[in-house]
Amino acid sequence: MKNRIYSRLLKDHMASHILNLFAFLIVLFFFLILVMLITKSVPVIRKNSIAELIFSSKWDTDAKQFGFFPAIIGTLEVTLLSMLFAIPVSMLTAIYISEYASSSIKTSISAFIDVLSGIPSVVFGLCALLYLVPAVSMVMKKIFSIQTTGMCVITASLTLSVMTLPVIISLIVESLQLVPKELREVSLSLGATKWQSVKKILFRAAGPGIISAILLGFGRAFGETMAVAMIIGSKNKIPVSVFSAGETLPSLIVNSFGEMMSVPLQQSALIFVALILFIIVMVTNSVAKMINIRLSQKWRY
Amino acid sequence: MKYLEEKLVKFLMVFSVLLTLTPLILIIGITVVKGGGALINNPEILIKVPGPKYLLGGEGGFFHAIMGSFYMVLPATIIASLFAVATAIFLQLDYSSRIYAGYIRIILDILWGTPSIIYGVFILVILIFLQQRGCLLAGIFSLTLLEFPIITRYADEAISCVPKEIRENTYSMGATRWETSVIKIRYALPGIIAGILIGLGRGLGDAAAVIFTTGTGNSLPGGLLQSATALPVIIYQQANSFYVSVRDQAYAASFLLIVLFFIINVISRHFYAKFSKYVKG
Repeated sequence: MKNRIYSRLLKDHMASHILNLFAFLIVLFFFLILVMLITKSVPVIRKNSIAELIFSSKWDTDAKQFGFFPAIIGTLEVTLLSMLFAIPVSMLTAIYISEYASSSIKTSISAFIDVLSGIPSVVFGLCALLYLVPAVSMVMKKIFSIQTTGMCVITASLTLSVMTLPVIISLIVESLQLVPKELREVSLSLGATKWQSVKKILFRAAGPGIISAILLGFGRAFGETMAVAMIIGSKNKIPVSVFSAGETLPSLIVNSFGEMMSVPLQQSALIFVALILFIIVMVTNSVAKMINIRLSQKWRY
Repeated sequence: MKYLEEKLVKFLMVFSVLLTLTPLILIIGITVVKGGGALINNPEILIKVPGPKYLLGGEGGFFHAIMGSFYMVLPATIIASLFAVATAIFLQLDYSSRIYAGYIRIILDILWGTPSIIYGVFILVILIFLQQRGCLLAGIFSLTLLEFPIITRYADEAISCVPKEIRENTYSMGATRWETSVIKIRYALPGIIAGILIGLGRGLGDAAAVIFTTGTGNSLPGGLLQSATALPVIIYQQANSFYVSVRDQAYAASFLLIVLFFIINVISRHFYAKFSKYVKG
């Protein structure tokens, strides 16, 4: 009898130690990534200062000049454009699914969207390369008489917004579903229309959830690599308009991979890009968390 | 006035639902027609390894990439889910303090949002440090890193949703923390399995994490330290090829990926129903 208790306690004890170890490994791993990226990007920071790296647009491997300004601008342009399209569409779709649709339509559409949010990005990239790129090129030529190959910033942002839609929609629907039914009923019983109660009540009650969904979609679009690398045209120059080829930070890493091994300083420069990405992810995450806490205090019901 | 607004908004909503669904249906349609067509024309690309001059439109198929994907994704998912479930239990405060768990959650959130290419670069840095070339093992590791935060998040959510009474009851019966955790895992199993399958899907479809780390194998992966390749990687590499036959293989590969995703989804739903037997309504 006593033995059994001992063995149970021993098991519990061991589990405690092992779990502690796992948790410690995560922390270790996180800092390992950070330290590795920093130490590996030290050579290029020594050569060119950080400000020079970020704000110069010269990219010359032979002269050992690495400026990321074009890629940064490209990233901003692509991400913001895609969000400009994705946010209104996804919000309206999510409200329709959650508030207006009948339950059979609701289950079928949301099951479909669930399946879609798992489709790999290369598939999106391939389809965009096949049809969207020629289509954009043709439309631009016929209607606006602008010469473009179709591999340009606008194509990349359209593809990205289609990719992020399922993710954002399913998260917004989830947070709308968490709002208690009574809030809706009270608002409707006071004579508000459905849209008024959505606008005045639900947006506030589900606000923090909606905002974190949007930020998550933003992160998805921002870090997306392969699809963008396939269709953006990969020119390391500041895009003149949305119809010219550009480069984003992640696609810069992938596209320069071939030369990466041979030139140590370029390798270091590209690792510096990864470091920038990582830091931006950390900052956006903290901002999202802060906004979330603030808003859920302000809009408490 | 407000009824006019209501009508207008409703119209906009239906419009945006269509706007969402059309491109997605189109993408599936394109992939099925193009990829399925390529497969029907030349079904043996599924089981053939590339011959000489494969990338120049020569003989062969992408069997090596299929096997490479499986060899990488399956071990990675198994390792990642072990880690993830352990971490999720740790986060339930039976074993940890609230503050420590809070910090770990923040770190996990950051890792969750990290673009997969960073994991690729991280493993590449380690490879350079060890003076190794890309190999299957490195691919497994980078996929593990990629899948781990995803699975942890779902497992954590699933275990958090276990009713409080279960925990209180088991403790009051004199169970140890470990025994309580096992019961909680069993209760949360549907959610955990769904999370694992989502992680599996993410690993299967991700090219950015493995493109640097596995090297460019043009043959069947021979061992852990030999180079391999994965399905999304060959789609990326072959999509821009000048040769029609090579491009067709990219379509076929993406068709295969989509089919695999549907299978994963069906399995996930099946498991969800099956393991719900531990959950009392």
